[in-house]
Amino acid sequence: MAENGIVIRPMDQFIVKPLFGGDVVSWYTPTNVTLWMALTVLAATAVMVYGARGRAVVPTRAQSVAELAYSFIYKMVEDVAGRDAVRFFPYIMTVFMFVLFANLLGLIPFAFTTTSHIAVTAVLALTVFISVTALGFILNGTKFLKLFWVDSAPLALRPVLALIEVISYFVRPVSHSIRLAGAMMAGHAVAKVFAGFAAALGAAFFLPVLAVTALYALELLVAVIQAYVFTILTCVYLKDALHPAH
Amino acid sequence: MPQLDFTTFPNQIFWLLVAMIALYMILSRVALPRIGAVLADRRSAITADIAAAEDAKQKAIAAEEAYHKALADARAEAGRIVDQARTEMQREVDVQLAKAEAEIAAQTAESEQRIREIRASAMDMVAEVARDTAREVLGVFDVTADARTINAAVTARMKQGSA
Repeated sequence: MAENGIVIRPMDQFIVKPLFGGDVVSWYTPTNVTLWMALTVLAATAVMVYGARGRAVVPTRAQSVAELAYSFIYKMVEDVAGRDAVRFFPYIMTVFMFVLFANLLGLIPFAFTTTSHIAVTAVLALTVFISVTALGFILNGTKFLKLFWVDSAPLALRPVLALIEVISYFVRPVSHSIRLAGAMMAGHAVAKVFAGFAAALGAAFFLPVLAVTALYALELLVAVIQAYVFTILTCVYLKDALHPAH
Repeated sequence: MPQLDFTTFPNQIFWLLVAMIALYMILSRVALPRIGAVLADRRSAITADIAAAEDAKQKAIAAEEAYHKALADARAEAGRIVDQARTEMQREVDVQLAKAEAEIAAQTAESEQRIREIRASAMDMVAEVARDTAREVLGVFDVTADARTINAAVTARMKQGSA
């Protein structure tokens, strides 16, 4: 990617680096992952705890944002997964706030986007997948397997459908995690490529800058939508565990 | 592609778990109960306010009904008083009228009595005048008649005239 001596390395922004020098990244090393996850937790805390500290009946603007986020996810859990899923609301809220703020903070120039890493999203998705599957068997016993046995279909088709259902069930964590990481990674990489063009094109620099501006607006949308999608899919999977019948 | 650098995976997973557990603790212990309580407070405050408004509305309706009832009562009372006054006045008028009629009748009777008296006295005076006149007339003709004869003649003529 060398052009007029300017090297564009769009993937360098995703490199995990130790914060305090050195090259060895062992499991406990404080890295840029640590920093940006800490900032994510801080930002979420700032909105949900500091913003709502007034506990006013007539909310301030910051409190309204916290209440909006709360009501939005609460209603989503209630509507999608059912009333009995409300006990899992704190965890779903945690997932939503983490993904949302990780995505949004990742849009700050020179930031590190933790949700662009498949390791992070895979752990988030697998946590949901494993706990939902375990919950399904604990709550419903073997009736949970009815999820794969479509009673409304003709008998001859049922084994075929069951096979498809099982495959689609196990593909869930893959699509769940790759969707988020892929969307984040692609947007950031494209932004970086356009930014590199701006440096390389000289007088026509404004064209890639305009493109990056437009792309940034789109990425802002994608950041929020991906957090929403990740959360609503979690609710959908949770619904299957609570109510496995089709 | 740095995403597929598996040597960084344990590091990312470890810090992700730390971050998720920290955020879960903060949200589930502090933020969510607090916001939930605020929302519940607001809901109950709104419900209470709506109930109070409903109560006030009912009171207003009751007050309006009481007002209309009082107005109707007052109207009925006024009508009753007017009727009563009218009948009392009628009775008074009747009494006064009766009294006036009685007085008028009494006066009429008295007047008639007096007229009869006046007429009687007038007849006497006529008889007197007739007697005197008869005596004078007889005196002119140099005839003397006693009073008894003249009286009898006048009386007979007056009976004749009035008959």
